[in-house]
Amino acid sequence: MALKYEEVIAKYEPSLGLEVHVELGTASKMFCGCNTVFGAAANTQTCPVCLGLPGALPVVNGKAIEYTIAIGLALNCSIAPYSRFARKNYFYPDMPKNFQTSQYDEPICTNGYLDITIDTDEGSKDFRIEIERVHMEEDTGKSLHMGGATGRIHGADYSLLDYNRAGIPLVEIVTKIVNGCGKYAPEVAKAYVSELRDVLRGLGVSDVKMEQGSLRCDANVSLRPIGSEKLGTRSETKNVNSLKSVERAIRSEMIRHAELLNSNQRVIQETRHFHEDTGLTTSGRSKEQAEDYRYFPEPDLVPIAPSKELIAKIASNLPEKPSVRRKKLQEAWQVPDKEMAAMINAEVLDLVEATVKLGADPTRARSWWLGEIARIANEKAVAAADLAISAADVAEVITLIVKGELTDKLARQVVEALINGEGSVAKIIETRGIKVVSDDSSLMAAIERAIAAAPDVAEKVRGGNIPASGALIGAVMKESKGQADAAKVRDLLLKHLGQG
Amino acid sequence: MINKSAVEMAEALSKGEITSVELTKAHLKQIGEVDEQVHAFLHVDTQGALEQASQVDAKRSAGEKMPALAGVPLALKDVLVQKGIPTTCGSKMLEGWRPPYDSTIVRKLKENGIVILGKTNMDEFAMGSSTENSAYGPTKNPWDLTRIPGGSGGGSSASLASFQAPLAIGTDTGGSIRQPAAVTGTVGVKPTYGGVSRYGLVAFSSSLDQAGPCARTVLDAAYLHEAIAGHDPLDSTSINAPVPAVVAAAKDGNVKGMKIGVIKELQGDGYQAGVLKLFNESLEILASLGAEIVEVSCKYFDYALAAYYLIAPSECSSNLARFDAMRYGIRSGQGSAEEVMNSTRQIGFGREVKRRIILGTYALSSGYYDAYYGSAQKVRTLISRDFESAFKLADVLVSPTAPTTAFKIGEKSNDPIAMYLNDIATIPTNLAGIGGMSLPSGLAAEDGLPAGFQIMAPAMKDDLMYKVGAALEVELNTKWQGPILNSAPKLGAK
Repeated sequence: MALKYEEVIAKYEPSLGLEVHVELGTASKMFCGCNTVFGAAANTQTCPVCLGLPGALPVVNGKAIEYTIAIGLALNCSIAPYSRFARKNYFYPDMPKNFQTSQYDEPICTNGYLDITIDTDEGSKDFRIEIERVHMEEDTGKSLHMGGATGRIHGADYSLLDYNRAGIPLVEIVTKIVNGCGKYAPEVAKAYVSELRDVLRGLGVSDVKMEQGSLRCDANVSLRPIGSEKLGTRSETKNVNSLKSVERAIRSEMIRHAELLNSNQRVIQETRHFHEDTGLTTSGRSKEQAEDYRYFPEPDLVPIAPSKELIAKIASNLPEKPSVRRKKLQEAWQVPDKEMAAMINAEVLDLVEATVKLGADPTRARSWWLGEIARIANEKAVAAADLAISAADVAEVITLIVKGELTDKLARQVVEALINGEGSVAKIIETRGIKVVSDDSSLMAAIERAIAAAPDVAEKVRGGNIPASGALIGAVMKESKGQADAAKVRDLLLKHLGQG
Repeated sequence: MINKSAVEMAEALSKGEITSVELTKAHLKQIGEVDEQVHAFLHVDTQGALEQASQVDAKRSAGEKMPALAGVPLALKDVLVQKGIPTTCGSKMLEGWRPPYDSTIVRKLKENGIVILGKTNMDEFAMGSSTENSAYGPTKNPWDLTRIPGGSGGGSSASLASFQAPLAIGTDTGGSIRQPAAVTGTVGVKPTYGGVSRYGLVAFSSSLDQAGPCARTVLDAAYLHEAIAGHDPLDSTSINAPVPAVVAAAKDGNVKGMKIGVIKELQGDGYQAGVLKLFNESLEILASLGAEIVEVSCKYFDYALAAYYLIAPSECSSNLARFDAMRYGIRSGQGSAEEVMNSTRQIGFGREVKRRIILGTYALSSGYYDAYYGSAQKVRTLISRDFESAFKLADVLVSPTAPTTAFKIGEKSNDPIAMYLNDIATIPTNLAGIGGMSLPSGLAAEDGLPAGFQIMAPAMKDDLMYKVGAALEVELNTKWQGPILNSAPKLGAK
């Protein structure tokens, strides 16, 4: 019988440590000129450098350094005037040189923080997450283990290697140990990753897509009895591919740790793999014996020494913080707190903003993204941003509604068709034959036919029984196959029957 | 013609007295006649060399302006990649590998119309001082076929000394250009670290490796130096500054008023008497030309060998990790990736390479890093400071290149320390990143074998070595009544 979360937090205090890897959105790789497009055919984006061929040498991508400095500044870090790359030595088939060029004891950014707010039953709560370091490294290639049941290397018949990802610039953002979250630890972790993602998206340094792996979070969790000073043994959960999973994985680990501790068992220091389907983690690699990576300064690269002018220039070009931006938007749109939180939670804030920027009314834009579109996204279990509907589409639909060329009901059909990939708004309206019957004379003809068919009902309306008009309106709508604007039909009908 | 200098060959080519195809064929013929005995080459690219030569001839006859060494053949150390041409680094590990790209040096050689005859033998991954560590068998010293031609670049030096090529490329991590030059009576230059691009040089020890020119005369070396040097955006450690004017310096050859510092620590115990005698005679010549000879002390040089044998193996343990049978080279074993890697590295690497990988892995391990790699880096700094102080007293520094003349093949193969001591005088310049040149100082009285005179200059003042070397060479050639290689035994078809 699984322990309840309430029982865990009644007895234990969690500590978190979050390591976020971000693939930078540079056009070329960290140490060579190869393309970085996601999803290209295997091994087509490689060269002697990122394949680690004998004799090839790395050259640092200047853009990646600028991006990393921007991240450091946005996270309130100190930028080192002098930092170095180091080699992290270990053997793995998808690592071309059998060492990863990374940063070790001299990272480029240190000692920052990120403030976050979570919405709780006790009102909103603020937390400051301290950042230990932000450093640069190169990504490895990808192994695809074929045969066997698990897709893991053990038991596989053979493995395929794709080096397209090898050498993609990565930035690793490591928090200090996060204490004092208590029962909110899972929400705090989620909010941190979400806020970090917004910061990174605002900087334009990465496309921060968790499901494509351009933003990956490793969550370290440990528990200690409330009141105890000594930190418990931690586990490090990997394969956490969505914001929701961050929260679920931490909650699941807290319960697992508590169950072990309650039955006087030891928490093993290891990596854990999170499984979306079960919401549980399984054992990965043991970290009980610290691996010796034999770090030493990378002799093929010179130290990174960004000038004060460069740092100042990057600082002056930083966009406003997401929290500031959100506050501004909330005021401009006059949205209540709850609605604002709902938009952030559903990850549609950027989309609403983009839609409003294209001229749509904020309330209408919000209700479309948060309503119909979010519902479909939820059904399909994808992010709203990944649906085949853009801010421009929604803005266009809203314009047509305002002009009276679409009713809400027809607009929903258009939105559905857009998401199904049936083409542009205009094309969908044309091919589906969607049009609002707004021509007064054809509507009037339909109204008169409805009255003629039900003269007793018409008489009731004439006598002041307004609700009775519903049956007549319904008949007109039925005749128009739903394409008439119901509000307009009502107006015309009531006027015709002397009640307008 | 093959006995001439590269500059003389270039002149004959530009005057139309000979074509590059004829010159290349003459060298290919010599290779065919003597290399069975010498074993300088691992691969001879007959077709490629002739194609390159005929292209140069065509351009020249079309009236194009040609670079100085256009049409002159060259031997390339097998540690530099050349597109489509087997590159083994003297190792079984890379048997059959044909690189898909050109090293920057090869690109520059081609741009200069220098004809690449083939790839020369070397100690495996440039680790050794005798070329005995090649997986493909040792190279013999043309002066005495029972002796070593130096190492790791013994194939390049032997090819020059046996007239199979007038020019060669070497690489020098602890003396692999200069010591082979010394024991074969040829000229070899390690430029300032960063002076010549390392892109496409298969790394042994990245912070020490430096490619450079090998030749039979100082001026030939200078021309080749200018052809291959210069900033390369593909090598982050390449120096972004103009190439020192080494050709002009070699042509100038005036040492009047120069201060020449003799390093106290690089003579005496362990140095062969005949080698020291030749060294002192060269000093007298330089003094007679108006140079001032001063003695300098570099007291941390005593620790150079120890520091070198921590830094170089540490870097090599990481650099050679990529040879794992996954992407190129040989593959051995069955089962998991780990088993294949293990088995391949077991059979692919020779004893000396394994020794250094193990040494370096140990030196970088946590708990040992500070004591070994960390301390070695500190020694490196102290050695650089020794040089800085010495260069305040002298324009260039000099020493014998190697403590002895060529030893017998097999004599030191089971005694790594004795082998390592061969590089005692050349290693400090690699640790400090400065330039060093070796040129012949004569034949030692004991054994009649060549010895080398080493000249070291401050960083990016490589021209000073050429100036001093050229001055000394003129006087020595007069004394010997011609180049020293004229005294070498004639090799030929059996």
